[in-house]
Amino acid sequence: MRALDRKLFRDLWHLRGQVLAIAAVIMGGVATMVMSLSTYDSLVGTRDRFYAEYRFADVFAVLKRAPEPLAERLAAIPGVERMETRVRAGVKLEVAGFSDPITGQLLSLPDVGEARLNRLHIKRGRLVQPWSADEVVLSDTFADAHGFQPGDTLAAIIHGKRKRLVVVGVAVSPEYVYQIAPGSMFPDFKRYGVLWMGRSALAAAYDMDGAFNHASLTLARGANLQDVIDRVDAILAPYGGTGAYGRRHQFSNRFLTEELKQLRTMATVFPAIFLGVAAFLLNIVLSRLIALQREQIAILKAFGYGYAVIGWHYVKLVLIMASIGVAAGVALGAWFGQGLAHVYRETTFRFPYLDYELNVGVIAIAFAVGALAAVSGTLLAVVRAVRLPPAEGMRAEMPEVYHTTLVERLGLARWVAAPSRMILRHIERRPLKSLLTTLGIACACGLMMVGNYQRGAIDFMVDVQFRQAAREDLALSFIEPTSGRALHELAALPGVDHVEGFRDVPAILRFGQYHHRGSVFGIQPEGELHRSLDRSLRPVAVPPGGVVLTDHLAEKILHVKPGDLLTVEVLEGSRPVRQVPVLGITRQFLGVSAYMQHDSLNALMREGATVSGAYLAVEPGTEPELYARLHDRPRVLGMVANKAAIQSFYATIGEFILFYNFVATLLAGAIGFGVVYNAARISLSERGRELASLRVLGFTHGEIAYILLGELALLTLAAIPIGFIVGVALVGILVVAFQSELYRLPLILTPENYAMGASVVIVSALLSGLLLWLRLGRLDLVAVLKTRE
Amino acid sequence: MISRMPADAPQPVFVARGLTKVYRMGEVAVHALRGIDLTLYRGELVVLLGPSGSGKSTLLNILGGLDTPSGGEVRYLDQALTGASEAELTRFRREHVGFVFQFYNLIPSLTARENVAAVTEIARAPMRPEDALTLVGLGNRLDHFPAQLSGGEQQRVAIARAVAKNPAVLLCDEPTGALDSHTGVVVLEVLEKVNRELGTLTVLITHNAGIADMADRVIRMSDGRIAEVHFNAQKRAAHELSW
Repeated sequence: MRALDRKLFRDLWHLRGQVLAIAAVIMGGVATMVMSLSTYDSLVGTRDRFYAEYRFADVFAVLKRAPEPLAERLAAIPGVERMETRVRAGVKLEVAGFSDPITGQLLSLPDVGEARLNRLHIKRGRLVQPWSADEVVLSDTFADAHGFQPGDTLAAIIHGKRKRLVVVGVAVSPEYVYQIAPGSMFPDFKRYGVLWMGRSALAAAYDMDGAFNHASLTLARGANLQDVIDRVDAILAPYGGTGAYGRRHQFSNRFLTEELKQLRTMATVFPAIFLGVAAFLLNIVLSRLIALQREQIAILKAFGYGYAVIGWHYVKLVLIMASIGVAAGVALGAWFGQGLAHVYRETTFRFPYLDYELNVGVIAIAFAVGALAAVSGTLLAVVRAVRLPPAEGMRAEMPEVYHTTLVERLGLARWVAAPSRMILRHIERRPLKSLLTTLGIACACGLMMVGNYQRGAIDFMVDVQFRQAAREDLALSFIEPTSGRALHELAALPGVDHVEGFRDVPAILRFGQYHHRGSVFGIQPEGELHRSLDRSLRPVAVPPGGVVLTDHLAEKILHVKPGDLLTVEVLEGSRPVRQVPVLGITRQFLGVSAYMQHDSLNALMREGATVSGAYLAVEPGTEPELYARLHDRPRVLGMVANKAAIQSFYATIGEFILFYNFVATLLAGAIGFGVVYNAARISLSERGRELASLRVLGFTHGEIAYILLGELALLTLAAIPIGFIVGVALVGILVVAFQSELYRLPLILTPENYAMGASVVIVSALLSGLLLWLRLGRLDLVAVLKTRE
Repeated sequence: MISRMPADAPQPVFVARGLTKVYRMGEVAVHALRGIDLTLYRGELVVLLGPSGSGKSTLLNILGGLDTPSGGEVRYLDQALTGASEAELTRFRREHVGFVFQFYNLIPSLTARENVAAVTEIARAPMRPEDALTLVGLGNRLDHFPAQLSGGEQQRVAIARAVAKNPAVLLCDEPTGALDSHTGVVVLEVLEKVNRELGTLTVLITHNAGIADMADRVIRMSDGRIAEVHFNAQKRAAHELSW
């Protein structure tokens, strides 16, 4: 090994504390990137494989009822590869020992053979036997939530008739990767389930013998999606078709796509922030570290080493440091990524398997970014040092020029003792360096706030959604639009305090080239339970005669403003198309909605007082009895209890948030400590001689520690408020980047966020201070008499 | 014990007996001191001469409480320095010892006055920093930062800083080593003046034999032992020296 390389490794060993701290900073940035990108790649890869292997359909069509022979006309549409008709029924479920309302979706399986499309992956048990009358396969989420095993039984209310079902298998389906009850905001595995049973058995129970009400089909290569949809619609229109749609609007796939888009954003924004901050910190730390090597560089030059050799020597030094960080970051990121993908699979996406992928490209990017950050931070300092004539480099550095500080010029000097004066002047002497150090520490504080931001934001979203906007205890939907008189019957039920009817009309909203497939909600203008909120989150009455849109829907999806005329293509009944003026914008963090006054919507539909469902305020304690009564009413199809919804939401995302917070805290902590420790350690290198001189002159360990640590403390304290600003700015970036149809994060930072941000800085500073204190105790007092810098 | 002595008898400040010092340099034991017996008196100006590695710096460090001997004992007045704790040694340095280094070791962020004040603020009965700087001839450069002073001036500030606490002993390790001969003489004049006017025991390390002529006593060291002790019957004034 050449002497210079040997020096390299000795230097690395000598600097090991700082090497580790620098590596920690890079590790934090790289691990975030690797975790997010690999999770994203894995989920996308797994989704694509699952969709292909289990023949997820391309087009879905829902209709009221059509005779089976019509299927041949659908299959004959040019561009259709495979086609399958099914019977689909909304049901209420009864599980022994669970009194809350459970809604379910029952889907038919062919009586003989495997399904042609949307096949099931059986996790336990088996598929139903041919022509079986009562066997069902359960979705795994529902089965797991209630602990169902093959052989167990449950009951379903199908078309008002109670039917006993025997569980024979537990499965996942590409159609239900993301399982959420229609009308619900969050998945609730206990209160919503998907079930599959034999076609003839289900048709018999649902009065669909020789008929179907759902069709799915795949496209041949090169077929045009819209053409096929149009032809399907033309064929099904007389049979109550509500408009065929592609994968883009398929419920599960739409959520999955949105979630993946979020994850993709996270995989870009978070690492960009973390890695950007890490690169910045690295830059500061390394340039100071190299500046300290001034004398050694001069000696090497005196020996006759060229610029390039010396430059490369230091580049290698920092590349090794960066590589340690990148390698650790990739390993940690891959580990976290597997964990995160696993959490996703457990809580959100029901894939039968998960192919964890760590692309070589991701690793390459990590190395490139780490190396770039390290080398760019080093080069300037190396060039500066190399340019110095050797003799000058080896000569004792002239005492640096100091000035009296502003505080002193203001005449406050007599209040400041010499050690404190040293601190102030040292900070003022190098304002840029002090500023950069402070900024670096502030970034660590900001990162911590970003990492912990989600919890508070979600609490706020839930509060706005459930305590301001959707304040009902129970939302129930009828099997089909019903006369408003049904509300009186509901109001008369024991335990019901208040009832508000709503009308929910599925529709496509169009404005110019933009459209959105959803529904128009008719609510009470002065509703107590379900309200729309203005931009400052105060409840406002929906004005008559027009529609009020969620801000995201109006601005980001449809690009309309109040006063514009919106085209509403109703997907129900006679499917009228109407022009409706936009009257206002409402604020909503979860989902997007279009609201009208209930009466106005009825008028739009040319119908009398008709309701799709009702919001109920329920007297606490009466729920079980009320649920039982509602369960027995044949017209009541689904019920969503808000309290249960919130609980299930927290249960679902709690694990995710916990994991995420843990990772973010760990990484932000690593970065924070890396910065603070390096700043302190370099400060010691720069001033070790000065401090040792003071020790010789009789200053105590504590007194010189005050000089060094006082500066650190001052910079740290200054960094905290700046860090708060950085944190708010970073969260702002996040909020903008994460806007989606599913949710928009509010820019809300809780006192806990600030406290976490400040504490990472303070704890890092205390720890660094302690390490420095120990080092100061080992200061070589004798050497200082002989050596110069 | 001190009070029982006749008033005109020389007052011992340091008494060292059988001092040894062994350094472990990796696997090699370096015998820096091999048995030193030495008494240093109040008001003396002593020059320690010797080549590199002769042990003179080690001896100075032990006297100044920067290092502890491996064997033997050393007393300052009636206080044993051997076996003293780190805190006791710090207090000893703080109250009784003034150091002057070859490379000045001023605090760059403090002015001349403040460099001196940094020490007087923690001393028991110090001079005013202004007086100390006037003593070294820098009464007109009080508010200059080290970067604004020449090497000789920086060294004189260091001397002012060392004597301002009214130490019993002034230890100077190659104080002129980094200076040209003209500036060096100016610095030596200051040391001479301090020694004469304040009666501070001054121990000066050098390998420059020319400086030895200004000493009361010249101790020549070699290989960890005192090789020769020489009393100058006729001290020369610092301004007469040159090298």
